[in-house]
Amino acid sequence: MAKHHVTTTLNGNPVEFLCETQQTLLDVLRDELHLTGTKEGCASGDCGACSVTVNGRLVCSCLMLGVEAEGKKIETIEGMANGAQLHVLQQKFLEHAALQCGICTPGMLIAAKALLECNPDPSETEVRYWLAGNLCRCTGYNKIVEAVLAAAVEMRRT
Amino acid sequence: MDTPTSYPEKKLKVIGTSPVRPDGVPKVTGLAQYGADFNLPGMLWGKVLRSPHAHARIRSLNTKNAEALPGVKAVLTAADLPEQKFAYVGPERIAVNYWHMTRNILAREKVLYEGHAIVAVAATSQKIADEALKLIEVEYEVLPHVIDVDAAMASDAPLLFEDMITRGIEPPPAKASNISKRIEYKLGDIDAGFAAADEIVEMSFKTAPVHQGYIEPHACIARTDSDGQSELWVSTQGHFVVRTFVAKLLNMKTGDLRVHAAEIGGAFGGKTVVYLEPLAVALSRKSGHPVKMTMTREEVFKGSGPTSGASMTIKIGVKKDGKIVAADALFKYQAGAFPGSPVMNGCMCGFAPYDIANMRTIGYDVVCNRPKAVAYRAPGSPISAFAVESTLDAVAKKIGMDPLQLRLKNTAKIGTPLIWGPKHTHAGFAETLQALAKHPGYNAPLGKNQGRGMASGYWFNGGGESSATVSINEDGTAVVATGSPDIGGSRASTALMAAEALGIDYDRVRPIIADTNSVGYTQGTGGSRVTYATGKAVINACNKVIAELCARAAKIWKIEVEDVIWEDGHARPAGKKAGAFEPLSLKAIAAQRSATGGPVTASAAVNDGGPAPGFSTQFCDVEVDPETGAVKILRWVAAQDVGRAVHPAYVEGQIHGGVTQGIGWALNEEYIYDKDGHLINAGFLDYRMPVCSDLPMIETLIVEIPNPNHPYGVKGMAEANIVPPMAALANAIHNAVGKRLTDLPMSPPKVLAALSAR
Repeated sequence: MAKHHVTTTLNGNPVEFLCETQQTLLDVLRDELHLTGTKEGCASGDCGACSVTVNGRLVCSCLMLGVEAEGKKIETIEGMANGAQLHVLQQKFLEHAALQCGICTPGMLIAAKALLECNPDPSETEVRYWLAGNLCRCTGYNKIVEAVLAAAVEMRRT
Repeated sequence: MDTPTSYPEKKLKVIGTSPVRPDGVPKVTGLAQYGADFNLPGMLWGKVLRSPHAHARIRSLNTKNAEALPGVKAVLTAADLPEQKFAYVGPERIAVNYWHMTRNILAREKVLYEGHAIVAVAATSQKIADEALKLIEVEYEVLPHVIDVDAAMASDAPLLFEDMITRGIEPPPAKASNISKRIEYKLGDIDAGFAAADEIVEMSFKTAPVHQGYIEPHACIARTDSDGQSELWVSTQGHFVVRTFVAKLLNMKTGDLRVHAAEIGGAFGGKTVVYLEPLAVALSRKSGHPVKMTMTREEVFKGSGPTSGASMTIKIGVKKDGKIVAADALFKYQAGAFPGSPVMNGCMCGFAPYDIANMRTIGYDVVCNRPKAVAYRAPGSPISAFAVESTLDAVAKKIGMDPLQLRLKNTAKIGTPLIWGPKHTHAGFAETLQALAKHPGYNAPLGKNQGRGMASGYWFNGGGESSATVSINEDGTAVVATGSPDIGGSRASTALMAAEALGIDYDRVRPIIADTNSVGYTQGTGGSRVTYATGKAVINACNKVIAELCARAAKIWKIEVEDVIWEDGHARPAGKKAGAFEPLSLKAIAAQRSATGGPVTASAAVNDGGPAPGFSTQFCDVEVDPETGAVKILRWVAAQDVGRAVHPAYVEGQIHGGVTQGIGWALNEEYIYDKDGHLINAGFLDYRMPVCSDLPMIETLIVEIPNPNHPYGVKGMAEANIVPPMAALANAIHNAVGKRLTDLPMSPPKVLAALSAR
């Protein structure tokens, strides 16, 4: 079967790609567009390592087909920094040592950004429940939660 | 353990600070390259056919149709791999047997667990590779299987190896069994010890196998040139170890295989062995194309190593005043499909924190139809500690003593004999107990259905072989190359130590992980050995560089090198020449490199025998929901002796991570099998690891009793923290609801069953 032609906006840029019907958005990002910052941890929507936003909504890109990106706005970790200027969340993750191996970090950052966009002043509990779909096996989540709360404070200030 | 040497106390400048890690930015921008992130032109995809049966004889194997499928470039079976000699190689605690290893890579006579690899194919797309797997015909003779360790030890159990005679028994038993090995350690006279006891407590325990649960599945990519030179990029804890294993399994010259350590997305012991790597290299050799292989999450659960499940009995005799006079333990650990559980570690670590005159530990290494056990953070110690530390809690209750005071009363000290012969040469345990005892939370009041539990733990920590090369650039920056993959911040810790040694700023040191052909041999990142042992190699290389820099300064000043000292990042004239010249900075000397003798670079290698063990003591408060059996963690406080916290934020992070993995092990994680030996929870939804909302903030109490065998006092510290949590939780649950749980995980159904039992 012929491949599908998909037109989308990726990290603010117009992007076209060809994909097979069964390819997930995650497959397309990694294998077709070579954006490997979005990670595959489970391919079943349980770990959150492949988190992206689609029209501003947080989704697991392993649970969405590539063809479903037609006409949508996709944001991935590669679009989070403004050029060389890191996003406040990225900076706080570094300062708070909120990553060890770093494999969950892109998904964690995307999820945290989505949280702060809808709730700029979350409590610790709200952060913990929002990030409950993003598995981290290294950190025990302590420093991730601290970094997100610190980023929220700074983002409210600016 | 070597006799401690002593380094002079130094005032430290950068060690003990927590700067941003050198490899941080690419990890927050998505640019860091992990195992699955590498691609090569003309690359094929490799896939693995795995056994659907827990135990079966392979009657026949036909790959012809798969080979004929357009797009398939290579098919690999065990017949393509050389047979290996049956021998246990290396130190007993971590011995490998290549006869077993090659059979785990690709099954030969039998499949021994569901998920056991049988055939690997390489094709031009993932889809074609998947189709090829479906065309492979395997005729199985399904055999009875055994999963549970006690069942596997029964005399009528189905045998995985019909000729396996238990090692460690004299004379050897006449009959084959699933018991690969028996181990026994003894100290004093336990019969006399128990005879002298006022109270004796005996309890039995079971633990479920748990997976390391790294978020990144195994992944690698290999290429081979027509002259037989191969290259491999892989997510691993030890790329030198991968090189050794792959070269041996494929009968290659070690120098013909260059292995690059990709960024590694978690490992915790699980990436110290090989699965896909020999297949990818062999497929690339057979096909002439680069071959990329990744595991699915299901393959990770079914085909890679969890740690052992176990069955254990502990007996402890105590005087009324709390002095333990005898301790006896029986540890039966599942090895999985091939021998090699960490039961020896369990036997050594279980009673190691304590001064007990009469003790014995007996261990059995038992094969069963499940993936071969692989190291998991302090391998073996958390399992035995769950049993020992739970029993100690019951002992404390029996004599009406606070459990922390009971441990303080029996703390091992420098000079206390260890069960395997040597004496403790390092302190640190008592200090963790004292840190907890002083914590205001330890005596804080609790509410209904709430309880507090504490436990301790021991881990050896590792030394061993490490190499490093330090090169000074013309602008006075330094490149530090080591052979240690960075799992959780070791680039930061080695850069801090190099900056401290050289006397330059942290951000002028660039640490890198060199490939196997670019730096000397280095054992894997494991056993909490990197910051300690690789750190020592780095410091030694820095000291050689400093000697060279002093020589260059002497040349510039035209004085004897004996009259130059290195202080604070500067060469200074000393002795009879003191004050004769302005000090020269590292940068100033580096700028004159060419004129004074050329490149400034030095390598150092260590085979270190002086690691100090780690001790951790923790308490937690829990609330048990009497309706659901769910255990909510209200508070967690973890004290650990870390020697010296080189980068305190990452030290805290290691403690948080170890505690959290222990919580998952204690409360939810387990391998669940159906009656046919199929794993039915091979995914993150049903294999329930702790998520963010399960946990409170974990409080760390960093105890620093410097290791005299390290210039900066460093001890390994990444593992001891996973040892206490299971028992701490069992003890807390007991205190909350009056029920002693002895079977892990203490999941809601089990807690509920305990609550409803009379």
